[in-house]
Amino acid sequence: MADPTKKDEAADQKGAPRDTTPNVTEVDVVDAASVEEVEAVLDAPVERGEPILQVRNLVKHFPLTQGILFKRQIGAVKAVDGVSFDLYQGETLGIVGESGCGKSTVAKLLMTLEQATAGEVFYKGQDITKLSGRALKAVRRNIQMVFQDPYTSLNPRMTVGDIIGEPFEIHPEVAPKGDRRRKVQDLLDVVGLNPEYINRYPHQFSGGQRQRIGIARGLALNPEIIICDEPVSALDVSVQAQVINLMEKLQDEFNLSYIFIAHDLSIVRHISDRVGVMYLGKMAEIGTDEEIYDHPTHPYTQALLSAVPVPDPSARDGRERIILSGDVPSPANPPSGCRFRTRCWKAEDKCAKEVPLLAIPERFVGQNTPAAHESACHFAEEKDVVHA
Amino acid sequence: MTTIDKTASAPSRRIEDDGKTPLLEVRDLHVEFKTRDSLVKAVNGVNYSVRAGETLAVLGESGSGKSVTAQAIMGILDMPPGRIPQGEIRFRGEDMLTMSNEERRQIRGRKIAMIFQDALSSLNPVLSVGYQLGEMFRVHQGMSRKAAKAKSIELMDRVRIPAAKDRVNDYPHQFSGGMRQRIMIAMAMALEPDLIIADEPTTALDVTVQAQVMDLLAELQAEYNMGLILITHDLGVVADVADKIAVMYAGRIVETAPVHELYKRPAHPYTRGLLDSIPRLDQKGQELYAIKGLPPNLTRIPPGCAFNPRCPKAQDICRSEVPILHPVTERDGTDLPGRGSACHFWKETIHG
Repeated sequence: MADPTKKDEAADQKGAPRDTTPNVTEVDVVDAASVEEVEAVLDAPVERGEPILQVRNLVKHFPLTQGILFKRQIGAVKAVDGVSFDLYQGETLGIVGESGCGKSTVAKLLMTLEQATAGEVFYKGQDITKLSGRALKAVRRNIQMVFQDPYTSLNPRMTVGDIIGEPFEIHPEVAPKGDRRRKVQDLLDVVGLNPEYINRYPHQFSGGQRQRIGIARGLALNPEIIICDEPVSALDVSVQAQVINLMEKLQDEFNLSYIFIAHDLSIVRHISDRVGVMYLGKMAEIGTDEEIYDHPTHPYTQALLSAVPVPDPSARDGRERIILSGDVPSPANPPSGCRFRTRCWKAEDKCAKEVPLLAIPERFVGQNTPAAHESACHFAEEKDVVHA
Repeated sequence: MTTIDKTASAPSRRIEDDGKTPLLEVRDLHVEFKTRDSLVKAVNGVNYSVRAGETLAVLGESGSGKSVTAQAIMGILDMPPGRIPQGEIRFRGEDMLTMSNEERRQIRGRKIAMIFQDALSSLNPVLSVGYQLGEMFRVHQGMSRKAAKAKSIELMDRVRIPAAKDRVNDYPHQFSGGMRQRIMIAMAMALEPDLIIADEPTTALDVTVQAQVMDLLAELQAEYNMGLILITHDLGVVADVADKIAVMYAGRIVETAPVHELYKRPAHPYTRGLLDSIPRLDQKGQELYAIKGLPPNLTRIPPGCAFNPRCPKAQDICRSEVPILHPVTERDGTDLPGRGSACHFWKETIHG
């Protein structure tokens, strides 16, 4: 599944949607021929506020096959279908969406754990989807991941010291052999665990502590980008806040950029500088946290925000709630045109025919309002859902 | 679903409801589990009650004993290793813990039903949903297979599963998460019980689907005037649907209050900490309030108040004396009905 054959890839390329978003900036592609040159590019620092990761038209289709001996492709699960965004140095980009919308697949593509079907991911101007060998290894050192479930993402047979020290085995240039134990203890200290725990096993820790171990492992190689796939959703409420605080502290300390994938909208708002909303493999809306939460223009964002229970019983009455009917359609057979139209209350004929582009809606272009941010809807308009 | 026969299952419900005796009353319930080398005290003296039509939310972190209490009420605890050394669970005034197995079987499913968290693992994957729904009617009411299937279709319609007639023979894996949870609700509603216990009914669902399911549950509850015990850790869901709240910590109830009161003026430091750790708009960019430390290990609950190692207000008395659930009053001593706090310093917490 992960590695589609050449023929599939060609077929997909032809049918792959091109996201001709007008206001996505041009990428300064760096042409580096040799591995040494690539490594030099990757080691160059990026100014704060400059894009460090640029994603253009990223597509991932998982082929559906039939037959045992002669596999025929009968379709594809369009998990990610033309996603573009920028990640700036030192910022946190939140990605929200329902399960199955492709947010975890995006994370895997950025890590090059999955091969993209089409599209580019530029890290400091280098298209990492085309890299291999030593150059890819160097990129991976700089992009690390923190996983959702701290109970399954740590090997139960390895000690904490081995888990956090494992990245050094793969990238020995970061820490010489004799120095590793001390490095691991430093890392434990940084994430708020007792350095004496180095010989313990994961089962001796609670969920929150395990997530700290996962974060320490992510930090081990001094990466520039950390991709967090639902880092707190498996934790208890009182422990969530501790981990979120730790992540914010580390961001300041090590000048990290985060991609923060979650479904808890209030936590995403707290930690993110910008937020992208995904629906069925596409980005529905993207903007700063204020633009998305206070001035959403895409109907899906509005429905999502209105469905979140507010922890304040006095808001119970008088709050308008948009209850969507039905379920998310199958990504193997997404609706034509706008993907949200089957559940949208604004849908018209146009929505079934034309795919809306992710762009600042025409009516808001040139205006200096918070509503003027990118939204993939033909009928984008503001609707105050949170404070109604 | 206008045709479900109401006389069959609960003819006496409305007569008995005089509003004085609560539907369900849990008194001083203790549950412990014996393991090879230790005794896990999961529930240590829980008291709560639910009336018909009322929603009680039981709020707590994992390991606080909220689900174990629910399982004790349903009578589905594994015994052994579980044991109920003391306590009463009164349903309409009768203690269920002293009943015979046969008597409890009459109540379970028919009068008290339960909705489980994970619908996929609670449904049998090798039986069609229609068969599993119909089982309620066949076992409890001795219906024929054919009649039971007809009832199943009605139920599926009732919980708004589209094309119920075509889908009644489908298997659980053919439904989406939200639809499976609807089937769980349909199964719990089948015999129109007086009380439903919902154990984290929407935790595994997305927010948009969660809104649909909570809406449906509220609508059915109003229609049949059921009591509902909602077990959850989501402060948002609780604020939306609950009438009153019981906050649990380490097997005890630390605070009880009507929903509006609790969010406005918490009277226990733990509740206050939970509410403060919700990210708020005006705190953007600042550090979130976090309760320090970890929930206690249930084999070694700290002496005195179980929350004392994590509490910012802890004094010497908190480490030696277990606080009782004090009735909470206004500053001038006026009663606040339904409020209680198991904190030695509840006065300072609520008024200070």
